[in-house]
Amino acid sequence: MRILHSALISAAIGLTLALSGTPVSAQDKVITVASTTSTEQSGLFKALLPKFKEKTGIEVRVIAQGTGQALETGRRGDADVVFVHDAASEKKFVAEGFGVERFEVMYNDFIVVGPKSDPAGIAGSKDIDAALKKIAAAKTPFASRGDDSGTHKAEQRLWKAAGIEVKGAGDWYRETGSGMGPTLNTASAMNAYALTDRGTWLNFKNRGDLTIIVEGDLKLFNQYGVILVNPAKHSHVKKELGQSFIDWLVSGEGQKAIADYKIDGEPLFFPNAKKGQS
Amino acid sequence: MYDGRPILPLTVSGLSYEAGGKRLLDTVSFDLAAGRRTIVMGPNGAGKTLLLRLCHGLIEPTSGRVEWRGGSAVGRHAMLFQRPVMLRRSALGNLHHALALNGLPRTEREPRARQALAHFGLEDIASQPARRLSGGEQQRLALARAWAQRPQALFLDEPTSALDPAATRAIEAMVQTCHAEGMKIVMTTHDMGQARRLADEVIFLHHGRLLEHTPAEEFFDHPRTPEAQAFIRGELLW
Amino acid sequence: MNQQNAFITALDLIASLDPVLGDIVLLSLKVTLSAVLIAAAIGLPLGAALALGRFPGRSALIVVSNALMGLPPVVAGLVVYLLLSRSGPLGFLGMLFTPGAMILAQTVLILPIVISLTRQIVEDLWAEYEEQLRSLGSSRMRAIPTLLWDGRFSLITAILAGFGRASAEVGAVLIVGGNIAGYTRTMTTAIALETSKGDLALALGLGIILLTITLLLNTGAFVAGRMAQRAAG
Repeated sequence: MRILHSALISAAIGLTLALSGTPVSAQDKVITVASTTSTEQSGLFKALLPKFKEKTGIEVRVIAQGTGQALETGRRGDADVVFVHDAASEKKFVAEGFGVERFEVMYNDFIVVGPKSDPAGIAGSKDIDAALKKIAAAKTPFASRGDDSGTHKAEQRLWKAAGIEVKGAGDWYRETGSGMGPTLNTASAMNAYALTDRGTWLNFKNRGDLTIIVEGDLKLFNQYGVILVNPAKHSHVKKELGQSFIDWLVSGEGQKAIADYKIDGEPLFFPNAKKGQS
Repeated sequence: MYDGRPILPLTVSGLSYEAGGKRLLDTVSFDLAAGRRTIVMGPNGAGKTLLLRLCHGLIEPTSGRVEWRGGSAVGRHAMLFQRPVMLRRSALGNLHHALALNGLPRTEREPRARQALAHFGLEDIASQPARRLSGGEQQRLALARAWAQRPQALFLDEPTSALDPAATRAIEAMVQTCHAEGMKIVMTTHDMGQARRLADEVIFLHHGRLLEHTPAEEFFDHPRTPEAQAFIRGELLW
Repeated sequence: MNQQNAFITALDLIASLDPVLGDIVLLSLKVTLSAVLIAAAIGLPLGAALALGRFPGRSALIVVSNALMGLPPVVAGLVVYLLLSRSGPLGFLGMLFTPGAMILAQTVLILPIVISLTRQIVEDLWAEYEEQLRSLGSSRMRAIPTLLWDGRFSLITAILAGFGRASAEVGAVLIVGGNIAGYTRTMTTAIALETSKGDLALALGLGIILLTITLLLNTGAFVAGRMAQRAAG
């Protein structure tokens, strides 16, 4: 009897604890945003969200995933807003009816980092095509995300533009299948080259022997878009709250907040919102 | 003092038990009347413990029947094991548990449990952890626990074989008390002196067969079978 | 990075009573302890029933629950994710990416441990107690609470094993919780995040704190268990 009793009590306590942390009421001013590891790990959201909450009272919960996974989260209806960086998949997402409309918010740039010894001899180059060709020719290790993220897709486009087939290229091309940070950790451990967004790099501490090798090519610019998940597909999507987050991001105030976010005096993201593309 | 209709006599007929292709108990039949203390004797492996477990209903016979008067006797007979199992709670808690299993209403358990402890002079150990008691105390507590369930018959399987003389005396005194109060006693023992002290009648088993079922004096003074004669003389039997 | 940094970072974090860290620790404890309580409430009686019950498929259930002790957290997380996703069967609950989802995932993860270890403990006890309990009038099912209570000191170990697995895992809570800062970020997901940001000193510092908490809890359970055992015999 006593056991049954204590079992019931523990179950009750457990459920209470469980439920106390689970606000499910629709009135809560909370939205879920599926975004990318680069935005989260660059620290941008830590700077933006308090300002947005102060203005609107809306709490934004950010799930940091790869672009592909973030769009999938939106597709399944598990987020109200997606905030990612791969224009082609974003447009497809909207075209398929999962998103309402795509707004461009900002861009940052990719850089190639690599060991100071620079075995491919490309340091200081501003030509990403030429640099990638040299890496492939020298067969020096290159660490790729390999995770269907926006950065991974951008990297694949760059290889393609350089005319190099990396699938089956040999064991110098290494897919980590993980986020930007873990990929940089891997690159640092293997003294490999890697393509990364500048924000993650600036926030990355375990650099080891790595340094910036290639930067400044226009092809390395990386556009971010934000999309409201379509309430027509998922009726529970918090349409108004989600839209007000998007509206704020592209507003003068939001754009300034993005421009103001800097690490060591260096801006990470460059606001470039213009109304109404899709 | 016993509730409900009488369950004795107990009629055992053609009782056999086989395990692993061996017949451990072979067509044993007898009647046990109320009142008399029955001592089950026989050399090791004769089937004494098995017989008690069958009578108590812990195991099912291969063939044959154990019949109590008036049909079911569940909860009206109890058993004391060679080594009692005490639950990890106080002595009193162990009695409470047994009374709960016996279906006694909640409010009656405490007075009944206290009464059982007092009846055998065990009040002092009421709140002690039962598993921390000595072997003798545990066996006395086990007997008090059985007594508290107010059985009409009590099976005891060599209850004192692991105990020192003082504890053995205490158990024997408790058994006498139960007997005096009208409880049917069925007990196995190896100890010839104990058998002589307690027995009203003896059941003698050998190789799973019942060789004698006779009044005590007759068994001890004029055993009929050569096996029983040898057993009483203290010869090794197998 | 060197190890000294990590210890200094850990001490710094503790000394500064960092409120963010405090929230993370509290959430970790809340999620894990809730999962342990729920798993115990379900797993103890279920494990005992599996030990004492006689029904077709029992052996299969035992093998399955033993095998599920090795369930990879990521798989548990994925299953719960698919269940709770808005596109899944329980999507209407809106529980994905909440602490509730994390509790559920961890419960799924540790339930097999609690069930399997309980079954083993209760089965062993039953072997010792069976004839005595049946003699006293106990049925197999009625013996469940008796044996659970008598095995309480061994069962604490089973529950601690569940606690250990839950507090150490990262795969399941990361998938179903989303590692949302200030909401579903636990010790382990924070460690994973700091590792991926390359801040190994901070990650290791958090690890040291997690280990310390686990050690304290286990010490507490051990001492309390010993004292109770001494009292109960």
